[in-house]
Parts: sequence; C-alpha cells; structure tokens
Amino acid sequence: MASLKDIQRKIGGVKKTKQITKAMNMVASAKLRKAQQRIEQFRPYADKFYEMLTDLSGRTDATAHPLLEVREEIKKVVIVLVTADRGLCGSFNVNLTNKARRLAAEKEAAGKEVEIICVGKKGRDVMRKQPWPIRADHVNVMNTFDFTLGTELGTSLMNSYLNHEFDEVIIIFGKFISFSKQEVSVLRVLPIASETAEVEDIQGPASEYIYEPSVEGILAELLPRFVNVQIYRGLLDTNASEHAARMRAMDNATKNCDELSKSLTLVYNKARQSAITTELMDIVGGAEALKSA
Amino acid sequence: MAKTIHLEIVTPDRKLLSEDVEFIGAPGFNGEFGVLPDHAPFLAALGVGSLHYNKDGRKHWIFISGGFAEVSSNKMSVLAEVAERAEEIDLERARKARERAEKRLEEQKAQIDFAKTQAALQRALARMKTRNLSA
Repeated sequence: MASLKDIQRKIGGVKKTKQITKAMNMVASAKLRKAQQRIEQFRPYADKFYEMLTDLSGRTDATAHPLLEVREEIKKVVIVLVTADRGLCGSFNVNLTNKARRLAAEKEAAGKEVEIICVGKKGRDVMRKQPWPIRADHVNVMNTFDFTLGTELGTSLMNSYLNHEFDEVIIIFGKFISFSKQEVSVLRVLPIASETAEVEDIQGPASEYIYEPSVEGILAELLPRFVNVQIYRGLLDTNASEHAARMRAMDNATKNCDELSKSLTLVYNKARQSAITTELMDIVGGAEALKSA
Repeated sequence: MAKTIHLEIVTPDRKLLSEDVEFIGAPGFNGEFGVLPDHAPFLAALGVGSLHYNKDGRKHWIFISGGFAEVSSNKMSVLAEVAERAEEIDLERARKARERAEKRLEEQKAQIDFAKTQAALQRALARMKTRNLSA
C-alpha cells in the first residue's frame, strides 16, 4: 500500500486539477454566452438572406448562374473542415476530423481528387498526417474571427471554383443546436445546393416587385454573398459548439475529481487507521513484554 | 405627424437600426434612389456609399457597403455587409486607408490586386463623404 504521505500528495493533486477544470468550465461558459450572442445577432441577417434568395431563385431560371449549376463530371472535391483551435473539449474535434476523413476516403474511393482546407488548429494537426493535400489553413482564428474571415474564405473558394480548379466544395462543421446538443454537420457549399436555392416556382405576386438592376443582376450579387453567409454560419456554430462541448467535458472532469478525491480520502483514512492500530499493537506488545520480564 | 416607413438595417454582426422614418435615400447599384412611405414592393442591390434617412426633420447618414434593400408593406430592410453610422466612422482611419490605396494605385505594382485596391479606395472615400455630410 502507498504510504500516507503519497496518498496525501495525490489528494492535493486531484484538488488542484479540480480547481483548473472548474475554472475552465467557467471560462467556457462565458465564451459560450458570447458565441451564442453572436449567433443570435447574425440570425436576422442570415434569415433575411435565405428569404430573399428563395424568393428570387423561384422567379428565375436557377441554372442560369454558374454557382448554381451542378457540374456533370466532378473531378476534384474540396473539403472545408472547421474545428476548434484548442483541445480539452471531449470528443468534439475528433468527431469532426473523423467525419472529414471518412468523407475524404469515400470521395477518393469514388475516383475523385480530394483537397482539404482547415480552419482551426486541431483539425489541421490531424489532417497534416493524412494523405490528402492541405490547400490552405487558418489556425488560431476561432477566438477572434469576424465576418471578414467568412468573406475571405468564400471569395477565394468561389474564384477557384469558377476557374474550374475544383468542382465541389463541402464544409464540415459543428452545428450548434443547444447547450446539450451539437452535431457534426456536412453541407455542400458549392455548387449552391439546389434544395436551398431552388424552391417551387413562386407565382402570382412575381410581377409585384420592382427589381433593380434586374432579377438576374440581384441574384448575381446575392449568390456569392450567400456562400460567405453559409461559411460564416459554419464558423459561428463551430465556435459555440466548441465552448459548449468544453463546458460539458470540464463539468465531467470536475465531477470525476470530486469522486476521486473522495475515494482517495477513504483510502487515506483507512491507511491512517491501520497505521495507528499497528502502532498501538507495538506499544501494547512492548508493555506486555516489560510486564512479563 | 408625417407618414412614416419602417427602416431596418442589419449586418452580420448586429442590428444597426430599426426605426420609423419619413424618407430614405439609398445608394443603388445604378445610382441613388429614394423611398417614401407606401412605396411599391422593391428589391435592389446596393453599391458602396451613403444611405440617409429623414426623421423628425433631421437627416441621418449611414455608410453602407455591399448590400441589398427590400421594400415591402411599408417596410424597408437593408442587408449590408458593412454599415456604420456617420458618428461611428473613424475619419482618421478612412483617410489613412485612402492614402494607402492611392499610393498603391500610383505605384502600379504588378502584384497588387487592382480591383481590390480600387474597392478599398472607394470605401474609404464613401466613408469620408458620409462623415462629412453629417457634420
């Protein structure tokens, strides 16, 4: 059995760990609140965007725009993997990277070339060791990013897409549903998914609107921005999910520390008890020996 | 009181404005346009420039870049990538941005992205104009 001092040291260590996990939990919860707020603030913009886009694409020939058109032969696929920059958030990053690896392997098996774009350090660290080339990476951005990052990513993707450098773009991100629920989400960004853009033809009030410069003109402005909006949404969601996942992981860790220190205290007490007993036995034994002498 | 139209301006980061106003002048893609209460349904792409609205006899200016405006049922919603109230504009920063852009255009280096720099210049100028208009 470990000595009393060893056990005591261990209990001290567990308690210190608990302090750290507790602090991390609180930091994560503050960050989660902020991240959620950002999602809230972005929502009116995004919702209005979807509204306009569905409205517009219902009124035009949706295949007219190159960003909407699904290419007949898909030779190369780009996977945008959005993860956290930091670990200690349970299986959050692992789930995302696993999904990306599976998807990449799938696409490769189907005879397509695959390239990866990583946002977030954890995803990049894993993907670096994988056979697929990394086209670009953005690390240490998850704490500070704003809409500019969405625009930057979206614009470069679109330009290369229109140059036929690749034929499909898929984004993998952690969708934030609620504090206790986040899931890995896979979304095709380019070509713009027909189910988001192409709804049933809207009839009737079509002529009611005045368009400036024209339906096609507005659509041409709207579509590229829609890509940015989608990417930005992915970033925001991943950010919130990360903090929620970390909060939960740290909560569990704190609980485990409690349990561990409890059971260690029990071991310590038992050890102390038996030490006292042994000592008493010694004294009694000594006294007996003296008496009988 | 004069008739009003509801104006709402949202950007990715915030809801900048939600107010009842009397008149809106916006920088359309093909030039300025004005919107009065009870305007017909209207959807427009916006350019870079300054949007203004009249409320209680005062004119307010807002810098806008990259957006859309939708008018329907006496409400105008503006979606803009960037929107700043004139009071919020950092004039010094805009001036520096302008100088930077002008210098780059003058030097005509091959590696600069001409369109990007020009857009930056345009934004800086529009910011300064917005600020000066409201002063």
